[in-house]
Amino acid sequence: MKNSFTTIGKTLTAAIAVLAFGAGAADAQQRTRITVYTAIENEQLPVFKEAFEKVAPDVEIAWVRDSTGTIAARFLAEKDNPRADAIWGLSVTSLILFEQQGLLADYKPKGYDKLKPLFKDQTAPFTWHGIDAYAASICVNTAVAKAQNLPIPKTWADLVNPAYKGKIVMPNPASSGTGYLTVAAWQQIMGDAAAWQYMDKLHENVGVYLHSGSAPCVQAARGEYAIGISFDMRAASEKTKGAPVEIVVPTEGVGWDMEASAIVKTTKNMAAAQKLMDYSSSAEANRDLYSKYYNVVADPDAKGTAPNYPAETEARMLKIDLAAMANNRDKTLAEWSKRYDGKSAPK
Amino acid sequence: MGIRLDRDAIGQRAALLVAAGFLLVSLALPLATLFGKSFRDRDGQFVGLANFVRYFGTPSLVASLWSTVWVSLLATCIVVPLAFVYAYAIRRTTMPGRGVFRALGLVPILAPSLLPAIALIYLFGNQGFARFMLMGESIYGPIGIVIAQVYYCFPHAFLILSTALAIADRRHYEAAEVLGAGRVRVFLTVTLPGVKYGIVSAFFVVFTMIATDFGIPKVIGGRFNVLATDVYKQVIGQQNFEMGAVVGMVLLLPAMIAFAADRWVARRQVALLSARAVPFEPQKRKLRDLVLFAFCALVATCILVVLGVAAWASLIQYWPYNLSLSLRNYAFQNADASGWSSYFNTLAMAACAATIGCSVVAFGAWLVDKTRGAEFLRGVVHLLAMIPLAVPGLVLGLSYIFFFNAPGNPLGFIYGTLAILVLNTIAHFYTVAHLTSLQALKQLDPEFESVSSSLKISVWRTAWQVTLPVSSQALLDVWFYMFVNAMTTVSAVIFLYGPYTKLASVAIVNMDEAGFTAAAAAMGCTIVATSAAAKVLHSLLAAWLDRRTQAWRAR
Repeated sequence: MKNSFTTIGKTLTAAIAVLAFGAGAADAQQRTRITVYTAIENEQLPVFKEAFEKVAPDVEIAWVRDSTGTIAARFLAEKDNPRADAIWGLSVTSLILFEQQGLLADYKPKGYDKLKPLFKDQTAPFTWHGIDAYAASICVNTAVAKAQNLPIPKTWADLVNPAYKGKIVMPNPASSGTGYLTVAAWQQIMGDAAAWQYMDKLHENVGVYLHSGSAPCVQAARGEYAIGISFDMRAASEKTKGAPVEIVVPTEGVGWDMEASAIVKTTKNMAAAQKLMDYSSSAEANRDLYSKYYNVVADPDAKGTAPNYPAETEARMLKIDLAAMANNRDKTLAEWSKRYDGKSAPK
Repeated sequence: MGIRLDRDAIGQRAALLVAAGFLLVSLALPLATLFGKSFRDRDGQFVGLANFVRYFGTPSLVASLWSTVWVSLLATCIVVPLAFVYAYAIRRTTMPGRGVFRALGLVPILAPSLLPAIALIYLFGNQGFARFMLMGESIYGPIGIVIAQVYYCFPHAFLILSTALAIADRRHYEAAEVLGAGRVRVFLTVTLPGVKYGIVSAFFVVFTMIATDFGIPKVIGGRFNVLATDVYKQVIGQQNFEMGAVVGMVLLLPAMIAFAADRWVARRQVALLSARAVPFEPQKRKLRDLVLFAFCALVATCILVVLGVAAWASLIQYWPYNLSLSLRNYAFQNADASGWSSYFNTLAMAACAATIGCSVVAFGAWLVDKTRGAEFLRGVVHLLAMIPLAVPGLVLGLSYIFFFNAPGNPLGFIYGTLAILVLNTIAHFYTVAHLTSLQALKQLDPEFESVSSSLKISVWRTAWQVTLPVSSQALLDVWFYMFVNAMTTVSAVIFLYGPYTKLASVAIVNMDEAGFTAAAAAMGCTIVATSAAAKVLHSLLAAWLDRRTQAWRAR
C-alpha cells in the first residue's frame, strides 16, 4: 500500500511538474532574472522595469507586487527559504522589521552618499535606502463638505469638531501600517496621554475604521464619507482621476512612511541585485521615475513633478524614530483595540 | 467469492489511503505547520498556550466572537429557507421557466465577492441611489454583511438543496396519498425527512462559509469586527502569524461541530433511491406553481439587479461624479500591469483545478460512501474533507507558504507555479464538492453493490458502469462548482501566485485598492461572462448526459 501511495504520489507530482513548468517558463534567455518584491503602484511597474533594464540589459526583473501588508506577510512567511532576490519599493517600516530578523544584505549602493539623510539607513548593517516618502494627511471631499456645510479642517485638532460626527474614516491601526503610523504621529505630537484623549474624542467622529491604508481616501474621493485620513499619494491620484478632493497637510506635522529598496541576504544573484540597488539609488531613477509619481523623493536635486501634491508636505514631516515606533507597536495596538475595537460595534 | 471480496476490499482500502494521503499533503500537513506556530512566539520559542491565553484575554474578542456567531446565524437562517423554497420550486413543481431559474440561481457564484460588494455600495452606500431603502441605517456594518453574505452564499445552499431535492421515490408519495395525508402532512412527513441531510449540510456549509469569510466584512463591514477580520489584522496588518494561527484555530470550531452534526444526521439517513424506487414526478398544481413562480421571479430579479449594477459600474468613468460610459475600463493594462494575462492565467488554473479536482473529489466521496468496513479510514477521509470549509482562505494560503516553501520539502518545486494554485484551490473548495458528491451517492441504494457482488462483479466495475453514469450529473455539477470558484478565489492564492502566474481575482483586489473600482468591476464582469459561458456549456452537456444516462428514472 505504501508502494502504491508513493507511485501515485510520484505520478501526480510529475503531472503537476509538467503543468507548472509549462505554464511558468517564459522565453529562454541568458539574462539574469531576479525576483523583485514590491508594493509600488501597479501602473508604475512596467515603467520602472523598462527603465532599469535599459541601464542593465543583462538583468530581467520579475515582479511580485501586492499591497504592503500582503507582501510583507508573504516575505516574512517565506523567510526560511526566501524567494525574492531584492525589494524595490516597500515601506521602510517593513524593511526595518526584515533587517531585525537578519533577512537583508549589507550593501551601500553607489548613490548612497548623495541621498537625503532621512532616506538612508544610518546604522550598520546598511541594508536599505529610501526612494520616496509619503505622508499621512487628510483628504477632504469638497463637494460633500459644501453640501453638508462642513468647514475644511486645517489641523489634526480640527477633526474633533462635533460637526464631523460619523463623517471621518481612518485606517484601523491593527490592520494597516498607515493607521499605526498616524496614531504614532499623534503620540509624538501631543504626548501619550493627550494623544489618547484626542483619539477618544476623534472616535466619536469616526464613521468607520477601514482595513487598508488607501481605502479611507478612496472612500472620501467617492463621497462615501467627507473626510479620509490616508496617504497623500492616494489622494493625489484620486484627484488626478477627477475626484473633488482637497489634500490637507495638518500644520502640527504629519507621520510618514517611505518606500525603500534592499537586497535579500540569501539571493543567488547578488551582482544583479546590487545593480538594481545602484540604479534604485541613482540620480537618474530619482529624476526619471520617482519624481514623476511622488512629491518627496530621496535625491536632494530631484524635484517632485507629480500633479496634485501639496507643496508643504516635506516641511511638515515629523522627525520620527522608526525603531522606537516599531518597538511600541504591540503596546499601542493593544491599548487601541481595548479602547475602540471592543465597543466599535454600531449601535 | 471470498477472494473477490478481499481483493476489492484491499483495493478500496489502498485507494482510501491514497485519498487520505492527498488530503494530508494538500491540507492537513500545511495546516499543522501553521497551527504549530500558535504554540510559539515570534522568535520560534515554544510558549505553550501563552498565545491562546493572551488572545482570550483580549477584550474585543468576546465582541468579535459574538458578532461572528449572530451575523452568521442570521444570514444562514435567511439564506437556507430562501434556497430551499427556490430549489423546491425548481425540483418539485411544474412551474414554467425552471431551467432559467436554475441557471439564474447560480449566478452569484460566478462573481468574485468584491463585485456584489461594489454593487451594494453603489446601491445603498452613502452616495447610493437606493439608500433610502435602508431608512437611515448604514450599509457599512451588519446589514451590509448580511445582505452580501445572503447573496454570496445563496448558490451554495441552492446547489446542495437542489441535489437533495432532485431525487425522490414516488411510491412514498403515493402511499401517503392513499393513507389520506394532506399536502402539509406529506410535506412534513415525506419530503422534509427525505432531504434532512441536505438541509443540515446546507445549514452548516453556509454558516461556516460566512463565519470564515473576511472579504465581505473587510469591504463592507465598517466598524463591525468578526473573527475572520481578526485573522486579517494579525496576518496582514501586523504580520503576526502566531496570533493569526490562534484565531484560525478558534475558527475551526464551527466546522468541528458541523462534522459532528453531519455524522449524526448521516447515520439516520436511509438511502432514498432503493433499487426498486420509482422516480418522483411533480404534479401540476396551479396555485402552488403560481406562488412559487412569483417567489422565484423575485429572487432572480434581486440577483440580476445586483449583477446589472456591477456591469454598469464597470462602464462608468468615475463614480459618483462622472457617470459617462466608456469601455476604457476593460483595457486592464491601464490599471494593472499584468493586463489581460492574469485573466488567461485564471482560465488555465480554473480548468486544471476543476478537472483534476472533480476526479479527485468524486473518487474520494465514492470511497467514503461505498467502501465496506474500514470505518476508521473512511472517517478520517471524511473528516479531512470537511476541514477546508472551516479554514479561512487566508489561513490556508499562509499555511501553504510555511509547508511548501520549507527548505527540504520535496514538493517545494511547485512553489510559485500554477500547480500550487491548482492544488490549493482544490483543497480550498473540497468540502462542498465532497458533500455534493456524497449527497448524490447516498441516494443510491447499496443494494446495487450487493447485487453486483453476488454476481461476482468487482466494485470498480459497478462503480464504472452503474454509479458513475447515474451520478454523472452530480459530477458535472462538481466540475462546474470547482471551475467557478477557482475563477473567483482570492484570499488563499494571494500569497501563492508567482511573477508569471498572477490571477485575475488578485488583480481585482489590487485594482480596487488602488481606486480603480471600475476596472475591478470590469474584470469581475469578464469573469462572470466566462463562468456563464461555462455554465451554458455545462447545461448543454447536462442535457445530453440526461438523455444518455437518466432514462432509467422515467417509469
